[in-house]
Amino acid sequence: MSYFPLIPTSPSSMLNQYKFEDEPELRDLFITVDDPESHITAIETFITYRVVTKTSRGEFDSSEYEVRRRYQDFLWLKSRLEEAHPTLIIPPLPEKFIMKGMVERFSDEFIETRRKALHKFLNRIAEHPTLTFNEDFKIFLTAQAWELSSHKKQGPGLFSRMGQTVRAVASSVRGGGVKNRPDMFTDINDYMETFNQKINLLDKISQRIYKEERGYYCEMKEYGPIHTLWSASEEDLVDSLKGVASCTDKCCKATENRMAGLSENLLPVLHEYVLYSEVLTGVLKRRDHIQAELDSKVDALSNKKAEKDLLTEEIGNLEDKVACANNALKADWDRWKQNMQHDMKTAFLNVAENNIHYYEQCLAAWESFLTSQTVDLHLGEDSEDKP
Amino acid sequence: MHISFSNNFCDPCNFSSKMMEDCLSKKIEITVSEAEKRTGRNAMNMQETYTAYLIETRAVESQTEGQCSPPDSLWRRYSEFELLRNYLLVNYPHIVVPPLPEKRAEFVWHKLSADNMDPDFVERRRIGLENFLIRVASHPIICQDKIFYSFLTQEGGWKEMVNETGFQLKADSRLKALNATFRVKNPDKRFTELKHYSDELQSVISHLLRVRARVADRLYGVYKVHGNYGRVFSEWSAIEKEMGDGLQSAGHHMDVYAGSIDDILEEEEHYADQLKEYLFYAEALRAVCRKHELMQYDLEIAAQDLASKKQQCEELATGTLRTFSLKGMTSKLFGQETPEQREGKIKVLEEQIHEGEEQLKSKNVESREFVKSAWTDIERFKEQKNHDLKEALISYAVMQISMCKKGIQVWTNAKECFSKM
Repeated sequence: MSYFPLIPTSPSSMLNQYKFEDEPELRDLFITVDDPESHITAIETFITYRVVTKTSRGEFDSSEYEVRRRYQDFLWLKSRLEEAHPTLIIPPLPEKFIMKGMVERFSDEFIETRRKALHKFLNRIAEHPTLTFNEDFKIFLTAQAWELSSHKKQGPGLFSRMGQTVRAVASSVRGGGVKNRPDMFTDINDYMETFNQKINLLDKISQRIYKEERGYYCEMKEYGPIHTLWSASEEDLVDSLKGVASCTDKCCKATENRMAGLSENLLPVLHEYVLYSEVLTGVLKRRDHIQAELDSKVDALSNKKAEKDLLTEEIGNLEDKVACANNALKADWDRWKQNMQHDMKTAFLNVAENNIHYYEQCLAAWESFLTSQTVDLHLGEDSEDKP
Repeated sequence: MHISFSNNFCDPCNFSSKMMEDCLSKKIEITVSEAEKRTGRNAMNMQETYTAYLIETRAVESQTEGQCSPPDSLWRRYSEFELLRNYLLVNYPHIVVPPLPEKRAEFVWHKLSADNMDPDFVERRRIGLENFLIRVASHPIICQDKIFYSFLTQEGGWKEMVNETGFQLKADSRLKALNATFRVKNPDKRFTELKHYSDELQSVISHLLRVRARVADRLYGVYKVHGNYGRVFSEWSAIEKEMGDGLQSAGHHMDVYAGSIDDILEEEEHYADQLKEYLFYAEALRAVCRKHELMQYDLEIAAQDLASKKQQCEELATGTLRTFSLKGMTSKLFGQETPEQREGKIKVLEEQIHEGEEQLKSKNVESREFVKSAWTDIERFKEQKNHDLKEALISYAVMQISMCKKGIQVWTNAKECFSKM
């Protein structure tokens, strides 16, 4: 079970925020992504992010690294991880750009959302029992810009050829069910179909709620001051009107907090899992393709009696490969499921708490106003009784 | 106007407690208990649909004795209420006449229909009409009006009776009033301030109601979209083993949350109606100011007239011509009048001057009495307004508190469900 702290500002502050769960994981790798900077060249404009790593691992030469990376570099890392571990669930990257037209490519909001997602991406990899020891990951975290470029240029490695084979098979095998797919993976596939639907809906619903809350906030900002304006022409109602204005302003502030809670917690989590859906669909396909490789060789064996020995050896290797892939995916799926449950629970608990807090703040404001008003009324009544 | 006037305003500066005791509202209980759709033929013999309202009246004493005698009742439609109010406006120009609920739905937010036949609108109008009748019945002066009493008690022939009073003829023309407003030189400063105040009141309440409608619209959106969570959680829970129950029950609470907004906003609508009443009261205040300006202008014109006649008289008597007049010029050119002609003119003028002086005196008295009694009613209105608005603001706070408490309840329940996920 992994604990994921909310957007810390530096690896050292992450140390302070770490909470021990039932099985404390000894974390020895802390990563932050921050400080987006714009770079303008003759050809293009792009953003780089600062990636700071603090580690106590022996395989790292130093205990602290600071590098700058751009989105392309993250894409490279992701594809390397996918090639190296085709049936592991590689965390999703934020989208290249959002087509909704709401957010411009380089707006502050867009950059901040992306930064948070990139931070999450690297930390997810760091927490993964297998991916955390990946060599390309280490290079990504530690290499200076020129070192990384030259490493990238070194060309596809051993695994990449495998990746190419997989892609070749993918194009030859039509999508849909593989005939020998184990039930477990069919179940996962079915699950993901529904999950995909639901998570997308939840993402849309939550975005819509955020929009409505923001609209409410904008109108409330205008609502309070009108009462103050009115109080200027009502000498006997000044306290009541100003009181309502003040309460409205407090509720406005509380709404702002509620909105911030949504945008910092629920929305990024839901969106990450929308992207995860796609990742999982890809992983299942890749597993199917590995199996399809095996199946096609087995078919070839039953047709060609000639190259029997060679084919048998190949089939043996592929059977191992399929078994490895299946086991890797099974383990990673269990891990992913657990994380997902935990993340969803945490996110929605947070939403509930934010809402409770919001209503409590508003309640306090209005109750205090009501008390002040009814006290006045009682005072008024007392003075009327006097002869 | 002169006659009905002196019968109806009161002498003392404050309404005596006896007058308050004598208010109709203390003697009979008035309710507008039902609304019904009707079809009929209008003045142009065309079919029309309208709503009729049932007015029930019951003597207060009959209830305290433990006997609940059946109420008297009759049906009236909105246009008859309008006729009654116009009658009161003309005959009691020194009174801030209570306003009617709005003719058409304004300040709507998206859910409310702007249709006059919409049941929610009709219901709110029913309450507004009842409020209007109670306000009139609680006013020490206008509650005694016979036309008002017949409105409550006499079903047939009421319209004819009102029209027979000829009040429409007594009404000041809009043009006359506008003219007076522009040309009056020395209106009572208090009325000028009051006019300014009523403009401000109208402007600020309109603005407030507009923004409130927008706030309501957004609030509705926030609550209702949460209802979608309910459906999706439920569908999602079907594929989840451990999370399923938590999701499902949380979804139920989201549905409750989404559903709660309807009652909340309906209550707020009543609050908006309370504010609207005072929005329309602003117009009633302006009507009293306009009347004062008209009377004052009338007075100024009469005084001016009198002054010019006196001057004319003086010029004729002394033979001097101080002001230019075509007559004076022609008489200079073509010879002066004979002494007898002059004598005749002077006599006529002296009569006119005497009449004018009498008229001016009585106009002065009228005007002063109007100012006094209008100002008394305005003070009464101010107290009523302060009391009502303060109460309205308190009731708004109570509504907000209730909404917050419900919100805390629902989200606490939801939180518990989430924690079981």
